[in-house]
Amino acid sequence: MSGTEGAPVAPILAANRISKSFGEIPVLFSIDFDVLPGEVHAIIGENGAGKSTLMKILSGFEQPTSGTITYDGKTVTLPPYGEAEAMGIVLIHQELNLAEHLKVVDSIFLGREIARAGIMNKRLMLEKAKALLNTLHVGIDPNARIDTLTVADKQMVEIAKAISRDARVLIMDEPTAVLSLAETQTLFEQIRRLTARGVAIIFISHKLDEVMHLANRVTVLRDGQLIATVDASALTPDTAAQMMVGRELSNLYPPKHEPDVDAPVVLSVRHLEARGIHDISFDLRQGEILGFAGLVGSGRTAVAEAIVGLTQGVAGELVVNGRPVHFGNVAQSLAGGLAYLTKDRKGKGLLVNMGLRPNLTLLTLNRHLRGVFVDTASESRALERAVRRFDIRARDASVRVGQLSGGNQQKLMLGKTMESEPEIIIMDEPTRGIDVGTKQQIYHIIAALAAEGKSIILISSELQEVIGLSHRVMVMRFGRIVGELEGAAINEEQIVRHQMGIEGKAAA
Amino acid sequence: MTTTAGEAAPQIRRQRLRLGALGPIIALVLLMVLGTLLNGNFLSFGNLANIVARSSFIGLIAIGATFVITSGGLDLSVGSMAAFIAGMMIIIINGAVPGLGAGWSVVALGILAGLAIGALGGAANGLLVTIGRIEPFIVTLGSLGIFRALITFLANGGTLNLNMAANETYSPLYSGKIFDIPVPIIIFAVVAIVAEIVLRRTTFGRHIAAIGSNEQVARYSAIKVDLVRLMTYVLQGLLVGAAAVLYVPKFGSANSSTAVLWELQAIAAVIIGGTTLRGGFGRIWGTVIGVIILELIGNILNLQSLISPYLNQAFQGAIIIIAVLLQRSRRTAN
Repeated sequence: MSGTEGAPVAPILAANRISKSFGEIPVLFSIDFDVLPGEVHAIIGENGAGKSTLMKILSGFEQPTSGTITYDGKTVTLPPYGEAEAMGIVLIHQELNLAEHLKVVDSIFLGREIARAGIMNKRLMLEKAKALLNTLHVGIDPNARIDTLTVADKQMVEIAKAISRDARVLIMDEPTAVLSLAETQTLFEQIRRLTARGVAIIFISHKLDEVMHLANRVTVLRDGQLIATVDASALTPDTAAQMMVGRELSNLYPPKHEPDVDAPVVLSVRHLEARGIHDISFDLRQGEILGFAGLVGSGRTAVAEAIVGLTQGVAGELVVNGRPVHFGNVAQSLAGGLAYLTKDRKGKGLLVNMGLRPNLTLLTLNRHLRGVFVDTASESRALERAVRRFDIRARDASVRVGQLSGGNQQKLMLGKTMESEPEIIIMDEPTRGIDVGTKQQIYHIIAALAAEGKSIILISSELQEVIGLSHRVMVMRFGRIVGELEGAAINEEQIVRHQMGIEGKAAA
Repeated sequence: MTTTAGEAAPQIRRQRLRLGALGPIIALVLLMVLGTLLNGNFLSFGNLANIVARSSFIGLIAIGATFVITSGGLDLSVGSMAAFIAGMMIIIINGAVPGLGAGWSVVALGILAGLAIGALGGAANGLLVTIGRIEPFIVTLGSLGIFRALITFLANGGTLNLNMAANETYSPLYSGKIFDIPVPIIIFAVVAIVAEIVLRRTTFGRHIAAIGSNEQVARYSAIKVDLVRLMTYVLQGLLVGAAAVLYVPKFGSANSSTAVLWELQAIAAVIIGGTTLRGGFGRIWGTVIGVIILELIGNILNLQSLISPYLNQAFQGAIIIIAVLLQRSRRTAN
């Protein structure tokens, strides 16, 4: 691979002072970025740093608000909807875009079938697919159906598809997130083969060790700003983590009231095992806010759903208020005083086609009965109380929940959960996709609940949130708890190091 | 300023809502006007009572279908299940007559058997959908075939006839009148009122709508999704049984062409009535109007000579498609 600095190679694709706003919310600020032929250029940054947006702009899926894109030395406007593929810029999405029922060969040629008068030349396509897969040195049967392949093989098919389109720039969004170590090695071999042929690779990853192993250069983004573009050889895990984090705590968060040292343990989890999680053990004390940090997919939601009985096949011990319990469904966990607030507001939390009232009381309809009938007047009173308590703002009570803003939906969901008067509340991404003002309100509600003696598990991918609210933090990685942080140890660097798996390897 | 805006918005919405709710009623009125133009006696009490009484079989089934469809399910087997139950009832009554005579006890036995078989048939559909995790479309398409074959088999390709003496005891249940109102209309009305209350005022009804609106949300909200689903199919089966209970005294026989395409009529009535095909919202009174609309269309086709009454089911088929199209355009407009 050629050197990157001072080499007389011109960038194949470059972003010049790119800015992007969604509505009034800016997400990228004047980013300069380029990638050379035959180079691997990695982008790292926290969730929400702007990595995905930058990728989408570089592949035409989003248009920049200002700034220009240069491709092959010329200033261009990239066509939308993946049409930039025809120009040689291919984005491989994190959730792979393959039709599960098609064969490998059909997937590779999808939309560009070799045909004469509408009749496909199957034999030629098969030969070409075989040749293509051979050049990649992967033993995938071109006649296999996509849904019989492993995730790694599917990724190889995506790569083969990209090559068959003569990709000159290949953009990969967290390609290794779902791969095993061995599969990752195979992927890296492919990437090296591609770069040897002059293909430029842009690579997003949360795994710093891989980035340093594979990339020539690394660009660090934080809060939509370009922090630095450095040679990978000049980077250590520590400097990378420092660059990715390092903001100041704002006054978004209410002051922390540590629970009493002798506060009783209300929830004790021992050796919890379920699909995707292993040997989860922790205690939650009364009045405590216990943060759960980790990357997306590290198993935090799986832990919550295993505890409240949403998952089948759960092993391990659960002790609530000193009594061993097992919850087979949500009704049982609610009866046990434990409620779970899903992160998927619209998909799992609220009936978006219905009004506020039926949504609020859905969990607790049995408390609004007169005889066998639902007492709507009692429901309306509950709604009035919830609207006041959680400051839910709706134009009027008849609007459908889908028409509310994300923040008001979240507050309604909180109200719905609190209707069941739980003692232990597991909140999964309680501020995802809502504005900062409402976030602050929710932070204060969470702190107030804890001060009242409720015990809270806070799952969040926003480190600031975990740090600003939690009395104690568990960090998860690959379905396991890899660290427990308390007091001053609750800081971004510590959490990032744990969730990246570098703690212990490169301790400062 | 804010107050005026706040007042204006709900007013507009309320109007639109009322228009949507009024749709079936307007169609009903238009059909009545059309019927009167064709025949001066159309609006006579006798003719209307006759129409409603005839619609009571489909009506009972459509009420059950409203529950199933509101929960996001579908039951295509109702027609052949009704034929099968009618056949079973005739066999059971005929078999019991030699031992127990042709009195009300035998008829009651037949009625109970009909309701029980209906509930069991519904439970079979429901269990395959919930425990078996099979699409309701496939489950009930399969049971549609099974029930239809069973009635043909039971009748040995011909017709099962109810014992004459038992028929005499039984027939007042269809032809009788209380305060001048035909018995089937009373049964239909009572079932409709109870069903409307169940759907609107009980936790069961609320849970049905929640599951139809979003099954995941229901599951995360501590609702026993499978049990509620199962119960909608049991209820549907029970009401199919009730329809058969009214059918047997009217016709006194059952064969392989009994109740053919009743599923089309029942589902069409539900959709015309404003229940959303994808689930989440249902209204029984709408279904009742939908059933009567379909019966009126059939009646009007018989009154005129321009369009062949043989095309009746083509109208039903077209109506169901148009009604769903209208539902969809309303959704996209929102």
